[in-house]
Amino acid sequence: MVKEIERAGIPVVHICTVVPISQTVGANRIVPAIAIPHPLGDPSQPADKEKEIRRKLIDKALQALSTEISEQTVFE
Amino acid sequence: MSKIRVVHYINQFFGQIGGEEKADHKPEAREGFVGPGMAFQASFKDKAEIVGTVICGDSYFNENIEAETEELLTMIETFKPDLFIAGPAFNAGRYGMACGSIAATVKEKLGIPALTGMYVENPGVDSFKSKVHIVSTKDSAAGMRDAIKKMAPLALKLALGEPIGSPEEEGYIPTGIRVNFFEEKRGSERAVEMLLKKLKGEEFTTEYPMPDFDRVDPSPAIKDITKATIALVTSGGIVPKGNPDRIESSSASKYAKYDIEGIDDLTAEEYETAHGGYDPVYANKDADRVLPVDVLREFGKEGKIGKLHRYFYTTTGNGTSVANAKKFAAAIAKELVSDGVDAVILTST
Repeated sequence: MVKEIERAGIPVVHICTVVPISQTVGANRIVPAIAIPHPLGDPSQPADKEKEIRRKLIDKALQALSTEISEQTVFE
Repeated sequence: MSKIRVVHYINQFFGQIGGEEKADHKPEAREGFVGPGMAFQASFKDKAEIVGTVICGDSYFNENIEAETEELLTMIETFKPDLFIAGPAFNAGRYGMACGSIAATVKEKLGIPALTGMYVENPGVDSFKSKVHIVSTKDSAAGMRDAIKKMAPLALKLALGEPIGSPEEEGYIPTGIRVNFFEEKRGSERAVEMLLKKLKGEEFTTEYPMPDFDRVDPSPAIKDITKATIALVTSGGIVPKGNPDRIESSSASKYAKYDIEGIDDLTAEEYETAHGGYDPVYANKDADRVLPVDVLREFGKEGKIGKLHRYFYTTTGNGTSVANAKKFAAAIAKELVSDGVDAVILTST
């Protein structure tokens, strides 16, 4: 799905937990997530901490979208 | 001669420990066969014996790939195997990645033959087909009998060091290794025959298939993200409560589009996940953990992005065929372009 949207000319950032799958599939901008059942959250943390984690991940995703790349890049 | 010692790797589901709620099951080793190992054992007759089975939850493995490969390797080594079999994983993506990763590592580090089985679209195939033999299976566990019929004899051949035939003869996915042999007809004759068949529109088999990389060049970066309209797309199956469009929990045949105008937070009362491939507890409690509407709204208000697009797009990614995913995304992309969306955040579980 990442590839088909990117093919239409829209930059896509893939936030996903299993980075090797994303790489195999061919996503160009990849941000590693927290865990499979809660990629953008961490239920073990209090609500405000969890929100902070999510904000950081989205910050990273926005940074990925604003970065020129020439090949697959994982934004750790 | 003594029996070939086999160690078998399976996930929490085939280990009969549980479904998605047990996908974080930590690695464990058991004596003898478990689950599908029974059919392998029957097929080996007295030539080989499954001496141990190693089980690990799919999520647990994929969230700790390097550390878990090491830990499992140690468990496997304890059984002193002559042969290692993983899966089959059919079209289960995380299971396929686990089977491929462990089989390839066992082969490399323990120096014993290893074999796994998967459906051709499993992401584990592309990642590991050059490192380990992967038998081509059907896309679901309904194909277990067929998979074992192909895997068991090939496994024995590998263990006994017998010559392995071509991918078509043995049923494995081409590994990319070339084997020299003498063909009766010379190249020019075969090429002309192939050309004639092609001209007549008949079927022919190429002797050198072109690799299919299908990569898409990265799109240019967003110049000013604070002015950009950003859309959310997910394969994590987030839907309004009750799943009004009935998106399938696996092997999705459709995607859906939902209006989030005026919604600042995805609550447990209003949203849930339709995805049947991961433990839904956390997403059902707070769907923002998969589809971060709350944070993107905040970012919109804070001026960190232009705005969040009015609609989000969703489907379930587990077991969904590549052809369907392509079709969904092409349709989604068309709408996003005509709606003037600048960038997409796509989340996957």
